Amino acid sequence: MSIFGEVPQAVPVAVFKLSADFREDQNPSKVNLGVGAYRTDEGQPWVLPVVRKVEKMIADDHSLNHEYLPILGLPEFRSSSSKIALGEDSPAIKDNRVGAVQCLGGTGALKIGAEFLRRWYNGTDNTKTPVYVSAPTWENHNAVFSNAGFEDIRPYKYWDAAKRGLNLEGFLGDLESAPDHSIFVLHACAHNPTGTDPTQDQWKQIADVMKRKSLFAFFDSAYQGFASGNLDKDAWAVRYFVSQGFELFCAQSFSKNFGLYNERVGNLTVVAKDQDNLTRVLSQMEKIVRITWSNPPSQGARLVAITLNTPELFAEWKDNVKTMADRVLLMRAQLKEKLKALGTPGTWEHITEQIGMFSFTGLNPKQVEYLVKEKHIYLMASGRINMCGLTTKNIDYVAESIHEAVTTVQ
Amino acid sequence: MALLKSTKILINAGAQAPVLAVLQLRASSWWTEVQMGPPDPILGVTEAFKRDTNPKKMNLGVGAYRNDQGKPFVLSCVRKAEAQIAAKKLDKEYLPIGGLAEFSKACAQLALGLDNEVLKSGRSITVQTISGTGSLRIGANFMSRFHNASRDVYLPKPSWGNHTPIFRDAGMQLKAYSYYDPKTCGFDFKGALDDISKIPEKSVILLHACAHNPTGVDPRPEQWKEMAALIKKRNLLVFFDMAYQGFASGDIDRDAWAVRHFIEQGHNVLLSQSFAKNMGLYGERVGGFTVVCKDAEEAKRVESQLKILIRPIYSNPPMNGARIASTILNTPELYKEWLVEVKDMADRIIKMREMLVSNLKKEGSTQNWQHVIDQIGMFCFTGLKPEQVERLINEFSIYMTKDGRISVAGVTSANVEYLAHAIHAVTK
Repeated sequence: MSIFGEVPQAVPVAVFKLSADFREDQNPSKVNLGVGAYRTDEGQPWVLPVVRKVEKMIADDHSLNHEYLPILGLPEFRSSSSKIALGEDSPAIKDNRVGAVQCLGGTGALKIGAEFLRRWYNGTDNTKTPVYVSAPTWENHNAVFSNAGFEDIRPYKYWDAAKRGLNLEGFLGDLESAPDHSIFVLHACAHNPTGTDPTQDQWKQIADVMKRKSLFAFFDSAYQGFASGNLDKDAWAVRYFVSQGFELFCAQSFSKNFGLYNERVGNLTVVAKDQDNLTRVLSQMEKIVRITWSNPPSQGARLVAITLNTPELFAEWKDNVKTMADRVLLMRAQLKEKLKALGTPGTWEHITEQIGMFSFTGLNPKQVEYLVKEKHIYLMASGRINMCGLTTKNIDYVAESIHEAVTTVQ
Repeated sequence: MALLKSTKILINAGAQAPVLAVLQLRASSWWTEVQMGPPDPILGVTEAFKRDTNPKKMNLGVGAYRNDQGKPFVLSCVRKAEAQIAAKKLDKEYLPIGGLAEFSKACAQLALGLDNEVLKSGRSITVQTISGTGSLRIGANFMSRFHNASRDVYLPKPSWGNHTPIFRDAGMQLKAYSYYDPKTCGFDFKGALDDISKIPEKSVILLHACAHNPTGVDPRPEQWKEMAALIKKRNLLVFFDMAYQGFASGDIDRDAWAVRHFIEQGHNVLLSQSFAKNMGLYGERVGGFTVVCKDAEEAKRVESQLKILIRPIYSNPPMNGARIASTILNTPELYKEWLVEVKDMADRIIKMREMLVSNLKKEGSTQNWQHVIDQIGMFCFTGLKPEQVERLINEFSIYMTKDGRISVAGVTSANVEYLAHAIHAVTK
């Protein structure tokens, strides 16, 4: 008799299963449009040149050791990361009401934020406080909040499948009907999986309702710089909310924009009303960190901190980021052109209107299955493709395959 | 009209009583009711130490190894592994949820021994974790979700301060079994057996595999054998915390003996491992969590559930430290070098224990300090009382936690005399 006799086999995480299937596929034409990681035009992972440079600097500096970081993380990392999100000249930073917690990637930042909110947001038991996530959203959002103890996780309207764009009316409607003080998870830019972001004017409308109804803004910022190629542009929404007086959280990931996926570099930026509130909030977050991972990993944070705090390296990084963003933009433009040239039914404007790593193609599950099984093109059942998986060498094959799928599979 | 009037009153009130105005501001924050979290007891020690200007000051709170110059020590095998890794110019792609496979495999082999039947039959699963804390947390979450037979976790009295909040936050209830005998500064074997014999079946019992934190008191092999038999009889779920393998005695097999013995005796244990201390990889967060299962099929099911637990916390673990540890464990020359370095660290600690005692005798102390030598690992439960600790801090600038625990790693051949002098001064 085993204690674990009743433990059921869990379903594997879809996006990782997709990659596993891709790896096992022997077909030479196979294309991986699944997991969200940048690829070069050769279809290879890309370690940013500035990262290699700083890595070497760290390796050669024998004055550095592997001692524990403080519980909240490397101070120079935390402050420079928050500056990236909020802007060097952020009035909130000048007011000493911005703090941060270094976390294990964007996931870790969401986790610590969620755990804190459940304990302290609106009273000391927020298990019943509604948490709203976009429909659709990153598949892990739901699990992060439910594992943190939130029992009421709801979708807010976001993606309009018919017009392949933002359902603003639905979004605003859900904001209006949400109970006051509900928590809303907002994608700062490059919405995952749809690639569809509100315009500045739309963000203003969203902020208005949220302010009026005291809704909490929890930003998820995993693609800053990656979306438009410009850091400030990609941070506009977060900064706008701050300028409107919101107290908010922003979970930042440096996985994509630094290409540091496996070093788990994240930052939870906290904007509070004043320093007193900030101090108490951070003190409680410290307690949560201590019982989750004690203190965060050193390598990635050091790397990012050095880069952000050294002018030449910072410039080089921004350049590397633009390189990635530009290649994605190029692939978007080319895919759309090819589909138009093929006369593929439907409109394909959304491919260039959407932004960031992902595109919600609008392909239905049957068409997706066709692509995976018949054409060895791996994409999520939702129709989400990672533009980074496209290269000048495979884009014709992918365009033709999409054309086939749309015209032969209903 | 009325609104304007009341606003005026408020403004006036603010002018006369600034506190009111502040309250108004405060009331408009989400976080008004957030209490200030209590300072971490161990961090507090280091903070105070940093502020102290006494040139003779000593930090004996730090749970990190220091060399004989009192400096952090990066192992030579670690530097070599880092150089090897850098030369490979590896990419930074996400690790699987369960971590770096070569690391997890080697991690399990280190704990269980290469030829362990458990490894041969594939009836265990090891996942890479965020060092020891992360491992304990995943284990606690796993038990909370799947060990429905009991919510109770029995910790030794005392235990590492962070055990309690970790298990509690995961939804478990904390109980204790006798462990430390303050009269002897040693193991309360009889008390432990008495308490364990009363623990309800299927409860979880946490054991420190070696170098008990904070006391440094470990059971002897014969005592471990009796405990294993009794725990088997009581049908308890065993959770080993092994944060100091190699670091305790200098011998990795000896330090893992209890874990291996329990498994041999049929306990399907849970095991947390940390490489913070024994490889000096503290800030890289390298650890493992192992579940020994009935068979390979069960191990697969358990693995799938561990991934489900990990994904919403941090998705997948950090590469750097695991890559270093894996390189060391899997490269024969580096592995050999590591064993030597770990033994050197353990030996230095043992030497400092001996020097402390001999210096206390030289100072003329008539107290029994044998426990300082008998205890093992980084920490020593000196037996000093809070008032004595306070004097050490205030009069001698020697910093330790109030329970009288010192980190022997903070003792050097340059300061051991001063330490002995001070301890004698407050205990004579």
